Amino acid sequence: MTAVRSSGTPDQLPPGQLPRLVAPGAPLGLQAHRGRYGPLPSWPAGPAQLIASVERAGLTGRGGAAFPTARKMRAVAGTAARTGRGRRRGGAVLIANGAESEPASGKDAMLLRQSPHLVLDGIALAAGAVGAADAYVCVDGTDPGLAGRLLAAVAEREQAGLPGPAIRVVVVPAGYVTSEESALVNFLNGGPALPLYVPPRPFERGVGGQATLVSNVETLAHIALIARYGPGWFAAVGTPAAPGSALVTVGGAVGRPGVYEIGLGLPASDLIELAGGPSAPLQAILAGGYLGGWVPLPAAAAVPVSPPGLRSAGASFGAGVLIALPAACCGLAETARVLRYLAGQSARQCGPCTFGLPAIADALAHLAWRGRDGGAADWLRSLLPLVDKRGACHLPDGAVALVGSALRVFAADLERHLRQGPCPDASRPAVLPVPGPPGARR
Amino acid sequence: MSPAVRRVLRLNPIACDAHGVCADLLPEMVTLDPWGYPVIAPGPVPAELAEHARRAVASCPTLALRLDRQARG
Repeated sequence: MTAVRSSGTPDQLPPGQLPRLVAPGAPLGLQAHRGRYGPLPSWPAGPAQLIASVERAGLTGRGGAAFPTARKMRAVAGTAARTGRGRRRGGAVLIANGAESEPASGKDAMLLRQSPHLVLDGIALAAGAVGAADAYVCVDGTDPGLAGRLLAAVAEREQAGLPGPAIRVVVVPAGYVTSEESALVNFLNGGPALPLYVPPRPFERGVGGQATLVSNVETLAHIALIARYGPGWFAAVGTPAAPGSALVTVGGAVGRPGVYEIGLGLPASDLIELAGGPSAPLQAILAGGYLGGWVPLPAAAAVPVSPPGLRSAGASFGAGVLIALPAACCGLAETARVLRYLAGQSARQCGPCTFGLPAIADALAHLAWRGRDGGAADWLRSLLPLVDKRGACHLPDGAVALVGSALRVFAADLERHLRQGPCPDASRPAVLPVPGPPGARR
Repeated sequence: MSPAVRRVLRLNPIACDAHGVCADLLPEMVTLDPWGYPVIAPGPVPAELAEHARRAVASCPTLALRLDRQARG
């Protein structure tokens, strides 16, 4: 985190100051949490007011899709109220999604470790707003002690008499697609943790057939702050198009890789400086994680790190992952390794993903490590539209977007590979972490 | 069903098992990718193909193909 130490009063953190979500130092227990943020606010004017406040703040989901949070909350609240009539089951369920399946991301685990009560505040508030009596916190198994510590935090709140829904902590199976929202619903309904065909979307029919709000844990933590300090405070950092702050995980060739909280819209080069500056000359940044896109350096050094900023640069914000790629490194080889990993992460439910991703991974590997085959480049380009948007989840679309950005940003490298064969950098060790198979580094 | 209602073909990609019946019955709107899975032309089903589209939907062995009212917005 940044070295800025909080000097805020218990009533309000200074609006422009970062970090907001995570205090420097040890994880905050309930008492320290109240000391930093003040008590859990109540909303006497009713749930609609909190949703309106979240809307005015302009909060968008921090799990990857950047969907307006208030719209999702309103949809769940609306369905919950409607299905209460007649024979259909009313009420709603809340899922706090902290199952971070992006291998390069660490921000949700960090937030849950450092500020569990801010997330639990957000769960209590959002559950109240949408009418959910039951909530689940979904985590992955990366940190084996996390679920136990979260349960202890939940018990601490019950003992203190804090209001909130019944909360269960659930460890979801490892895998890239297991944290997709319909996969969580599927898993909590007793099925496999694999994406479902939608519609119905979770907000229409989710856990136990009830309207289900699936929100990233960081999104819920922001709701806890908006409820306390208001939309104006929230938007005191960030840009009009992308208000507020966000947690980002910075990796690759930087001096201090890790999780940082930034005002959205910070230029990419400033973020790299915040993370200790380049540890080697850089050629590109992977933004948005493994379903994101490459942006070239220095050409895109000023690109705003925000969902709209990175979208207009041909990449995405995703769950806030940025990886700096050193110049002495082959972008095609890096992308080829990631594609092999993503192909292995397919749930193998949809044909175009099951067969298309391995074909794309093969073609890209061929270009990265063999080269001198213009036919392979044409074959690869022809495969991309055959996979794009043809699955039940966004894995195939994101993988295609990543490859498309690699073909643009590393076009000169591709030309060289086609003319002369693979560059010497193609045989260097991987910069982008790719979990398993055995022998690969995490 | 009123003839004025515009219908679109929708595929459940999880249910689809690449039998290819839809491409046989409705080649005007369905082609097959290199792995045998249907690629469906975007947009509403033209009136002159409506009967063929209905037959393709009814013949899908995995019930993966549907005719839906065109999504608004």
